[in-house]
Amino acid sequence: MRLTDEEKRILDGQQGGAAQMALAVLVDLGELFGAEELIKVAQVHIDATLYMVDAGLEFAERMAALGGEVGVPTSLNPSAIDLRQWEAYRVPPEILTKHKRLEAAYLKMRAMPTWTCAPYQNGIIPRFGQQIAWGESNAIAFANSIIGARTNRYADLMDICAAIIGKVPKFGLHLAENRKATILIRLKGISAQMFANGAIYPLLGYLLGEMAGDQVAAITGIPPDAKIDSLKGFCAAAASSGAVGLFHMVGITPEAQTLEMCLHQSKPQSVFDITPKLIKKAEDRLWTVKGDAVDLIVSGCPHYSPAEFIQLVKRIKGKKVHSALVFWAFTNRSVYAWIKNNGILKDLTDAGVMVFTDGCPLQYPKETWHFKAAMTDSAKFANYCFSQRGLDAAYGSLEDCVETAVRGKICGRESLWRKK
Amino acid sequence: MPGVAKGEVLTTSQPISFWGEVDPASGHINDPRHELFNRSVAGKVLVFPFGKGSSTGSLIILELARVGKAPAAIVNVRTEPILATGPIVCKHFYAREIPIITLDETSFRMLRTGQQVTVNATERVVIIHS
Repeated sequence: MRLTDEEKRILDGQQGGAAQMALAVLVDLGELFGAEELIKVAQVHIDATLYMVDAGLEFAERMAALGGEVGVPTSLNPSAIDLRQWEAYRVPPEILTKHKRLEAAYLKMRAMPTWTCAPYQNGIIPRFGQQIAWGESNAIAFANSIIGARTNRYADLMDICAAIIGKVPKFGLHLAENRKATILIRLKGISAQMFANGAIYPLLGYLLGEMAGDQVAAITGIPPDAKIDSLKGFCAAAASSGAVGLFHMVGITPEAQTLEMCLHQSKPQSVFDITPKLIKKAEDRLWTVKGDAVDLIVSGCPHYSPAEFIQLVKRIKGKKVHSALVFWAFTNRSVYAWIKNNGILKDLTDAGVMVFTDGCPLQYPKETWHFKAAMTDSAKFANYCFSQRGLDAAYGSLEDCVETAVRGKICGRESLWRKK
Repeated sequence: MPGVAKGEVLTTSQPISFWGEVDPASGHINDPRHELFNRSVAGKVLVFPFGKGSSTGSLIILELARVGKAPAAIVNVRTEPILATGPIVCKHFYAREIPIITLDETSFRMLRTGQQVTVNATERVVIIHS
């Protein structure tokens, strides 16, 4: 790789041990993937924020101790826990200590304590065409596919290195030629009424991820007025069922105003159709609960936006979450402050909804909560909750989740794609 | 990833997601859906077509190196950046080399579980001893 004089000085250790190690890691990655040079990134989103193993904690602490400081605005993905309401989240003390150490290391490096997996909805937001380095699969898919910023799927630890240096090797999705769609996905027989049910978007994303794998897909037929939160659920599901960094939603993705634009004027290598039957089957694959009992409702995977809280409070205000279950909603600190300020939080709390910040419902402390089955409006959560927490899943719209919460048993499953 | 390592081959035709499929404390494959279920990757020349899954996989490889349960080397048909990140960070952070080499499908299929091999990723060769 060609290095500038400044980069050579960093590799020699002239800007400290953290920058030296970070750049050495980035150069190795670039050499391995044939990059010719490093490019500047406007911002970084770090995924390695969730205490899971000691190696990750050791790495962040060492970088901080070596004087590492982020070179570009850097946001942080969720912690495993609510770092402020950890008692209500029943976090065991030894786990809390390690999370607090990780938090201290990132704050010392001057990352922004956003602790959110939806960094594209508020915080440090990229623009179309900008080169960025993001971790967190749903955020990567959203940044590339909805905003049209450019990032590879950065792994944990590589994201920290990119933040310190403010550069990444120039390869993969940073280059226009690699953003070409090679797969075409069409919607067949999906009526406009089906799109009135918000639960359809994550299911479509889930199918796209399975069909695309690690390839770039184009999808046609998504309504141009789809809400941003629907697109968020689509991205999260797609990135959980496939290694999806970028897809093109024709008419929505800035690089795909027409199909020809994202195919770069060539023909797709393969074509798939999504039918109501396939949507029903996808929902059935996610749905592992037998019977109608659940003891947990999860919303906010990815973190809820103000608009989603407005929907939730409209449906649940004045009602009461059934004593047989617990209702969790996850969001970031900014949105939490806003809904506290305008009274939505009080209405939700009165109804029995627990609102948490910072954390990830896929990593809740199993030692202190003993759930068996969860219902969720997130296809990503439904997809991972068994492998991560041993929980069976039921999936439905926000309306279905609220109905289930109030009645204390699963309601819903009356969506149009389930009807013959 | 350059480097040289010797060890016993453990091969699978299935991709591996280090996050969610490999126990970071023991190095055992802990997903019952995987054909290597209950086998340990520790010290092995681990042969699988490509990595898959979450970007946290890199962290699991680093942890395996920290506790001395990492594979000796990795052989792929295709290596993606998330998989490569673990061994790259290992080299600089724990001064521990986990060579990675990619082979064409024909050479890849010559490797069988139980063979003793030397992976020389610097020279881009794999030598089968027995």
